[in-house]
Amino acid sequence: MSVFTTKRDEDLASLEAGLDALESHVETGPSRGRKLLGAAWPPLVALALLLLAWELAYRAGLKPTYALPSPADVGLKLWEQLRDGTLPSAMGTSLSRGGLGFLLALAIGTPLGLLIARVRPVRLGIGPIVSGLQSLPSVAWVPASIIFFGIGDAAIYAVVLLGAVPSIANGMVSGIDQVPPLYSRVGQVLGARGLSAARYVLLPAALPGYVGGLRQGWAFSWRSLMAAELIVNSPELGQGLGQLLDQGRFLSDMSLVFAGILGIFAVGIAVELLFFAPIERRVLRRRGLTGVRH
Amino acid sequence: MTLLQQHAEAARTPSGPAVRISSVTKRFGAGPLVLDDVSLDVAPGEFVCLLGASGCGKSTLLNLVADLDQPTSGTVEVPGGRPALMFQEPALFPWLTAAQNVELALRLKGVAKKERRERAGQLLELVRLKDAGGKRVHELSGGMRQRVAMARALAQDSHVLLMDEPFAALDAITRDVLHEELVRIRESQSLTVLFVTHNVREAVRLGERVVLLSSRPGRVAKEYAVDIEQPRRIESPDVARLSVEITEDLRNEIRRHGGQS
Ligand SMILES: Nc1ncnc2c1ncn2[C@@H]1O[C@H](COP(=O)(O)OP(=O)(O)OP(=O)(O)O)[C@@H](O)[C@H]1O
Ligand SMILES: [Mg+2]
Repeated sequence: MSVFTTKRDEDLASLEAGLDALESHVETGPSRGRKLLGAAWPPLVALALLLLAWELAYRAGLKPTYALPSPADVGLKLWEQLRDGTLPSAMGTSLSRGGLGFLLALAIGTPLGLLIARVRPVRLGIGPIVSGLQSLPSVAWVPASIIFFGIGDAAIYAVVLLGAVPSIANGMVSGIDQVPPLYSRVGQVLGARGLSAARYVLLPAALPGYVGGLRQGWAFSWRSLMAAELIVNSPELGQGLGQLLDQGRFLSDMSLVFAGILGIFAVGIAVELLFFAPIERRVLRRRGLTGVRH
Repeated sequence: MTLLQQHAEAARTPSGPAVRISSVTKRFGAGPLVLDDVSLDVAPGEFVCLLGASGCGKSTLLNLVADLDQPTSGTVEVPGGRPALMFQEPALFPWLTAAQNVELALRLKGVAKKERRERAGQLLELVRLKDAGGKRVHELSGGMRQRVAMARALAQDSHVLLMDEPFAALDAITRDVLHEELVRIRESQSLTVLFVTHNVREAVRLGERVVLLSSRPGRVAKEYAVDIEQPRRIESPDVARLSVEITEDLRNEIRRHGGQS
């Protein structure tokens, strides 16, 4: 033992420090702000070109004005709807429905996914049905929901759940399936059993797949909600974006319809960019899974 | 048989082996015999290297000792309790930092939070990674990862450390440094080590005893006492001499499977 102290030990320590320094790479790359800026301008250019084409089509008189209003008309309508509060209130109504529906889907889809992933008979029995449901457009559920629940919130939420629960459950399943078996064995060696194995090893390891499923679950919630709102429409129900669209169709007000579409687009993108993208990025970056740029 | 009784009994007899493998056979399902009547005792504080060709059942045997699998017949006893195990890959959890990986082992043992932090710091210092505790796994080099894995294994506070080719994926320079580290840490912690490798020189460089396993089925073919004083160097003549002898035996062992030619 004494042989190892002092000189020899110091030699080893410095050798090791050198190796560590040589082998650890420092990640470099453009700053985040610059990256965002770089990513932002191509879509902006594309958008400008699109508006230009639209304006030209309008001036050429391809369609009567009620069918093809000018970009300025739509902009004006949008501004009007924003100012008198119609659009913000419709966005708020839809967003709260979408959010609540998503949370319900989360509460159902997560345990369902766990069951499918971990209980063999459940996987064999229900697994294929749940993955199959994912490819069924949820608008197909609208008539059934209306007959079953009547025109009302229940019908809307039923459609949202049928759209979002399968994505979330499937995300959980694929997240768990992708966990390397080695991790479970390490957990076992460290003494993780049953619940503690799930909490400290399985669930954190499955997180990337699960977060991907959540993101997709939100996209499905939002789509299903719009399909439902467009059809499930009555004066007693709060006016969401879908109902606003339907009103525009009823009045043959193309500008209103476009304003509604822009509202749907804005909410969908905003939730995606401000909520899910940062969560996903964080989860992946912590694990070093974001592509390293060279 | 109850493991607890065995533990209690063996704990009362301090002179007993740290690991006792008695007449173990192992077969996966209806497949061929992988291990055939393997018996091996490892004394407390001993450093034993298990050497054998690829596929001879080294990992299988180590998994039996780690209680990750059950023998088809025979018994495996580890009186001191659950051994620690290091795999060929560092197998650190990528969602945790280096320090958190070590702390998780302590947490699963029920160590209180404040003590965990302190102990993890000490262990990282032991493997000379005091300043890398906050780093994520992907920010560490291969050698650093294996050292964190070593700290995590040491955090289990077992008297027995099982190692399954832990350095096989590292480059020669890093491996050489880690050999030295392992010997240093082993002595300072008075650990019993059962180290699996297919690298003859590595076995001779590290072990006090080298156990050669035959292939298909795996049996204990021969044992060698390594009477070379540590610190050894892997390129020293003493290590080379014994390595040549063992390699010759290993070759003969492998030749047996090639038939007449
Ligand atoms: N879970 C398993 N099911 C079936 N066969 C297995 C299993 N694990 C190992 N084997 C077989 O047992 C034999 C020994 O495997 P093992 O992994 O123990 O060898 P090893 O000595 O560790 O080899 P290596 O040096 O390549 O790591 C191999 O033929 C392998 O195919
Ligand atoms: Mg192996």
